[in-house]
Amino acid sequence: MTNYLIKGARPLGGDPVDILLQDGRVAAVGDSLEATGAEVVQAAGLVALPGLVDLHTHLREPGREDAETVETGSRAAALGGFTAVHAMANTDPVADTAGVVEQVWRLGQEAGLVDVVPVGAVTVGLAGERLAELGAMADSAARVRVFSDDGHCVSDPALMRRALEYVKAFDGVVAQHAEEPRLTVGAQMHEGDRSARLGLTGWPAAAEEAIIARDVLLAEHVGARLHVCHVSTAGSVEILRWAKSRGVQVTAEVTPHHLLLTDACAESYDPVFKVNPPLRTDADVEALRAGLADGTIDAVGTDHAPHAVEDKESEWAQARPGMLGLEQALSVVIETMVEPGRLDWAGVADRMSVRPAQIGRLADHGRLIAPGEPANLVLVDPAARAAVDPAALASRSRNSPYAGRELPGRVVATFLRGEATVLDGKATR
Amino acid sequence: MKRHLLEAADLDRDDATLVLDTAAQIDQALAGREVKKLPTLRGRTVVNLFYEDSTRTRISFELAAKRLSADVINFSAKGSSVSKGESLKDTALTLEAMGADGVVVRHSASGAPHRLASWVKGSVVNAGDGTHEHPTQALLDAYTIRQRLGRLDGVRVTIVGDVLHSRVARSNVGLLHTLGAEVTLVAPPTLLPVGVGSWPADVGYDLDAVLPKSDVVMMLRVQAERMNASFFPSAREYSRRYGLDARRMAALPDDAIVMHPGPMNRGMEIAAEVADSVRSTIVEQVANGVSTRMAVLYLLLGGNA
Amino acid sequence: MPRAWPGGGPPRSVPYRRRRSDHSFNDPSSEAGKEASLARSSEPARSTAPGSTPGTLLSAADVARVIDRIAHQLIERAAAAHPGRDGLADLVLVGIPTRGAPLARRLAARVEAFSGATVDVGTVDITLYRDDLRRRGVRALEPTLMPDGGIDDRLVVLVDDVLFSGRSVRAALDALRDLGRPQAVQLAVLVDRGHRELPIRADYVGKNVPTSRAQQVRVHLAETDGVDEVLVTGEAG
Repeated sequence: MTNYLIKGARPLGGDPVDILLQDGRVAAVGDSLEATGAEVVQAAGLVALPGLVDLHTHLREPGREDAETVETGSRAAALGGFTAVHAMANTDPVADTAGVVEQVWRLGQEAGLVDVVPVGAVTVGLAGERLAELGAMADSAARVRVFSDDGHCVSDPALMRRALEYVKAFDGVVAQHAEEPRLTVGAQMHEGDRSARLGLTGWPAAAEEAIIARDVLLAEHVGARLHVCHVSTAGSVEILRWAKSRGVQVTAEVTPHHLLLTDACAESYDPVFKVNPPLRTDADVEALRAGLADGTIDAVGTDHAPHAVEDKESEWAQARPGMLGLEQALSVVIETMVEPGRLDWAGVADRMSVRPAQIGRLADHGRLIAPGEPANLVLVDPAARAAVDPAALASRSRNSPYAGRELPGRVVATFLRGEATVLDGKATR
Repeated sequence: MKRHLLEAADLDRDDATLVLDTAAQIDQALAGREVKKLPTLRGRTVVNLFYEDSTRTRISFELAAKRLSADVINFSAKGSSVSKGESLKDTALTLEAMGADGVVVRHSASGAPHRLASWVKGSVVNAGDGTHEHPTQALLDAYTIRQRLGRLDGVRVTIVGDVLHSRVARSNVGLLHTLGAEVTLVAPPTLLPVGVGSWPADVGYDLDAVLPKSDVVMMLRVQAERMNASFFPSAREYSRRYGLDARRMAALPDDAIVMHPGPMNRGMEIAAEVADSVRSTIVEQVANGVSTRMAVLYLLLGGNA
Repeated sequence: MPRAWPGGGPPRSVPYRRRRSDHSFNDPSSEAGKEASLARSSEPARSTAPGSTPGTLLSAADVARVIDRIAHQLIERAAAAHPGRDGLADLVLVGIPTRGAPLARRLAARVEAFSGATVDVGTVDITLYRDDLRRRGVRALEPTLMPDGGIDDRLVVLVDDVLFSGRSVRAALDALRDLGRPQAVQLAVLVDRGHRELPIRADYVGKNVPTSRAQQVRVHLAETDGVDEVLVTGEAG
């Protein structure tokens, strides 16, 4: 095993120090460290953060390996600075049994670029009718703790209540895709002035907010943990703030694209901007940034959703919703939160690593950079700026909404348990 | 003029006026002639790419192109490679390879013509896309209003019915506003889009209150199936509250006209006696559709090198 | 109160602008001297190219004299063609817009003044018959108006301001063919400046003007330009 001596990095943006990674752990943090045999990584000017943790990734394997595989998605994640990603359950077959979650987990281990943590489906086949064998998935080698029907809402309130209750037995959490399906039949984009003019069926904010309001009340009632996926509206942030003030055990994530883009993107009718929940208004973007800054929103979750070309180069209504996110997530957070001064580097580490790891109950991730801790960390050059070139992405798909957009921040190196998965901005395997 | 006609906003007031003036000159030039054909687009190819059945619109465009001597190819989605799953982009590239100078596209998906326009070099004319726009319908409606009333500036146009799902309404609101008309939308609130407040139009729910102040009443087609999705309780209630019958027509100013883009649901949004009255412009609208579309094709394709 | 329509914009009352600069008077195919066929401009098209001196070819009095002369010729030929009856009854003067149209009306008025007979007038817009649309872009159309009696079996005299390449006349002949079947078609022009590209000649010519291709001949009429005059600009070849 290679040992690494990182010279002059700034942990959480603080003063430059040297960091020695040895045998998968942080061995020492201090000035002018020496280590014979260790590979030196010059990191002057780079910010060191704990390895990023994504609560919301679609790796598409099994079923749509033409769009992404566990391996290609893992590589994209490592290049984005992640050391752990939660792989969503809406694969084909659905990850609703111990067998499927173990298969995904094993594929992640084989790729060895990030820890791939499978998410289990809440209901069989994501059909929203009866609970999947949640306990079996929890007890499997994959040790599933996050359960989600993402892509579909667990809309039946009785079923949602039971799911919330049931996962308490193994400290699990239900991650809800908050979308009242009867209010979003045929929905294509945020319902508002632009949908009215573009003639695209509207996806009302109330369809998300109604479910979140219902679910926080249910979570409070049964004393369970609830996680809300991809919060997209100002109203949702208000409901979450209210729920947290009441002591409800609710956490929430926001996607990079909802922090940056608005429904104005739909004017091009280019389905690369079609996503679920849809891009919202400027006011929503502002509320989401504020919510992430004050901690009402706990985490950034990419909702990395690769799609094959034929599923995106089509009419808007025919296209599948979803955007790539892993490789640009940190850059978008720097652009929208760090550069405007709304989040410092410690805040970035908290929202992109510490809290998501806690929500997912990942003991080895989201730890501070300190002696004895697992050596999961990322080195970022905050001064670098580059335009996004979809052709250069590691993902197998090309549906990046940031194509051609100049974004700040470059992941220079990522370490997973002391092994470099990314060096000099390139994946090591 | 822009290269494509995708939505009413592609036309500023000068462009829109030029289209209407051109249509009028074409009408006049062809009036009473035995040979209703002009050599203008000889050697140009116009493809009618229809993903939705719409015989009347297709025929109108076909006649317009043929009267300008263009070669016309009708490419209907049914029974073609399209129904076998060929994507819009592949179809676009095929048309491009065939050297289509103009593509007239009707599609059930809003924005499909915009996508097409990004893939082909020729001019794209939107012949109706989903619930978005139908700009040539708005042009022919504006032409008809100008022909009947002699002006558009300050004309009070009331559009009644299923605005939410109507591409005709969207195009007419945009174009008529551009041309200086004052548009009022009347519909049950369920059939108005959230966000209609941002449109350059007044909105009301009471047809009887608006009729005496309307120079033009444009009735939109309302599909009875909408009541299954609770947009309104029953066809009867819709008709009673928002249908145009003889009693309501009598409340209109003397020279007001009644329009309908067709096809009509007689007895639903419009009573037969209204549709067949002297105020009705429904037949003129069809005739004007051909000359308006000739004007559009001439202006978009005539100068393309 | 209606609000602004995003992307659309409020009504404006800017007059329609034509691309006056994008066509050359040096191209015979454009039939130099007809630049205002592109414009419903309110301003007289009197500007001249920098560095060239406009020479007045015909003054207002000359224009009037030339029209009178052509009117007399029309009357004489009609009489010669149909001795003993009113040959002018068969005559239709069809102007080619823009400036051919008022010229035709003036000619008709003069013929009526000299002969006492009424003369039918029409206009034929040739834009949709042009063979240079691809090259020069589309333009606004002008009216096509035929007399009530039509043109079948009558003597049509096409009236235009300048005869240059002959392509406008060819387009007008094509248009006439779609409008009826005259007994004969003749051509009257205010100025013939040469450089024909087609086997076409005028039956009535106000003034023959040898020009170089580089020169520009501009006809201004009171109806369209506020003044009667014919100018020639640019270097003689």
